Amino acid sequence: MYVIVVGAGKVGYYLAKELVDQGHEVLVIEKDAAKAERIAEELGDISLMGDGCEASIMEMAGFGRADMVISVTGDDEDNLVVCQMAKVKFNVPRSMARINNPKNEEIFRKLGIDSTVSATTAILAQIEQELPTHPLIKLLRLKGGGLEIVEVKVPEDSAVVGRRVGDIVLPPQSLIALVIDENGEPRVPGGDTVVQAGDEVVAVTRTENEDALRGALTAPTAYGPYGPIDAQKR
Amino acid sequence: MKIVIMGCGRVGAELASMLDQEGHDVTILDVNPGAFRRLPPVYGGKREVGNGIDQDVLARIGVEKADAFVAVTQGDNRNVMAAQMAKHIFGVLRVVCRIYDPIREEIYHMLGLETISPTKVGARLLKEALEREPATPPKAGE
Repeated sequence: MYVIVVGAGKVGYYLAKELVDQGHEVLVIEKDAAKAERIAEELGDISLMGDGCEASIMEMAGFGRADMVISVTGDDEDNLVVCQMAKVKFNVPRSMARINNPKNEEIFRKLGIDSTVSATTAILAQIEQELPTHPLIKLLRLKGGGLEIVEVKVPEDSAVVGRRVGDIVLPPQSLIALVIDENGEPRVPGGDTVVQAGDEVVAVTRTENEDALRGALTAPTAYGPYGPIDAQKR
Repeated sequence: MKIVIMGCGRVGAELASMLDQEGHDVTILDVNPGAFRRLPPVYGGKREVGNGIDQDVLARIGVEKADAFVAVTQGDNRNVMAAQMAKHIFGVLRVVCRIYDPIREEIYHMLGLETISPTKVGARLLKEALEREPATPPKAGE
C-alpha cells in the first residue's frame, strides 16, 4: 500500500516508522528542513520537504496513486485542507486527519472527512473509563450511519432499577445489547431481563440520541423517548 | 447587515472600517489583540479576540446571527476552515474567503465557497497596468 504521511513531528515520525516496518511504501511530507532530513537519515529516502497543502508538492508526492493519506500536523486547519484536497483533487480513496480540538471531529465529518483521530478525545475517553461514576461511556462509533455503541452504568436511584428491559422506553433507533451485572457477568437480555442498580448496560444508539438514552437509563424520573417527562424532578 | 470579519490585518482592518462607515454592524475577530491598532480611531464596530477556527469562539461572537462572514487571516487553510464552518456549521448565507494559493482557491471555489485569490487578481491587475503603460521614454525635465 502506498501511504503518504503529512507532517513529520513526533506522531508523523513514529507513524512512518511503523508503516515502513509493516512493509508499506511510505512518503513523509514536511515543511521544516531539519525534520525532513531527520526522517531521511533515520528511515531512509522517504521524505519530501515542502508544504503538504501545496498542489505542486502533492503532485510531486504522487497523491494521484496514493492508497491512503494521513495528515498529522499540529494544526487542525492544515490537516483538514490536506484531506479535502486529497479527496477532491486527487481522488485518494482513504484519508485520515489528526485533530487537536475534539469538537472538530464533528466539523470534519460535516465537511466530508470521516476518519479522524484525536489524542484529546482518547485521553478524555480514558478518563471516563477510569471514573466509574460517569454515567455514559462511548465504546465505539460505527463508521457511517451515525450509530455508536455506548455503556451506561445504572445508578441506584434510576427509574429503570427493577424494571424489565422490554418495559424501558428507549429513544428511537436504540437497542440494549448487553447487561453486565456488578460481578462482571454479561447477559444478552431478553424482554424479561430485569435491570438492577449497578448494572452496566451496553447499548447501540444514534449519536444524537445519546443524551436521551443516558437519561432513559439513569434519570430517577420516568423518561419519554425525547427527554424527561417531568424535568422538575431531575 | 451584521458582518463578521476574521483577521485584522491590513485588508481586514480596511474592509471593517469601510463597512462600518457604510453603517453595517461589523465585528472584527483576531487572535492577537495588538492587531486592532490597524483600525482607524473612527471605527465604531466590535473587536473580538479569539481563534476563528474554534467553534466555541464563533458561537460566542454570534456568527450564527451574522448575514455575512469574511475570512482574511494570513493563513489560507485557516481561512478555508473558518469559512466552511461559517457556511456549513453556522449557516451564514454570504461567506467570502481569501486564498492566496491559486490552485487551492480553484478547488474550494469548485466546492462552493466564494473565494478570492489576491495572487491571481493582483497579477492580472499588474499585467493590465503594464499593457496600458505607453512605451515612451520620459522627456527631459519631467
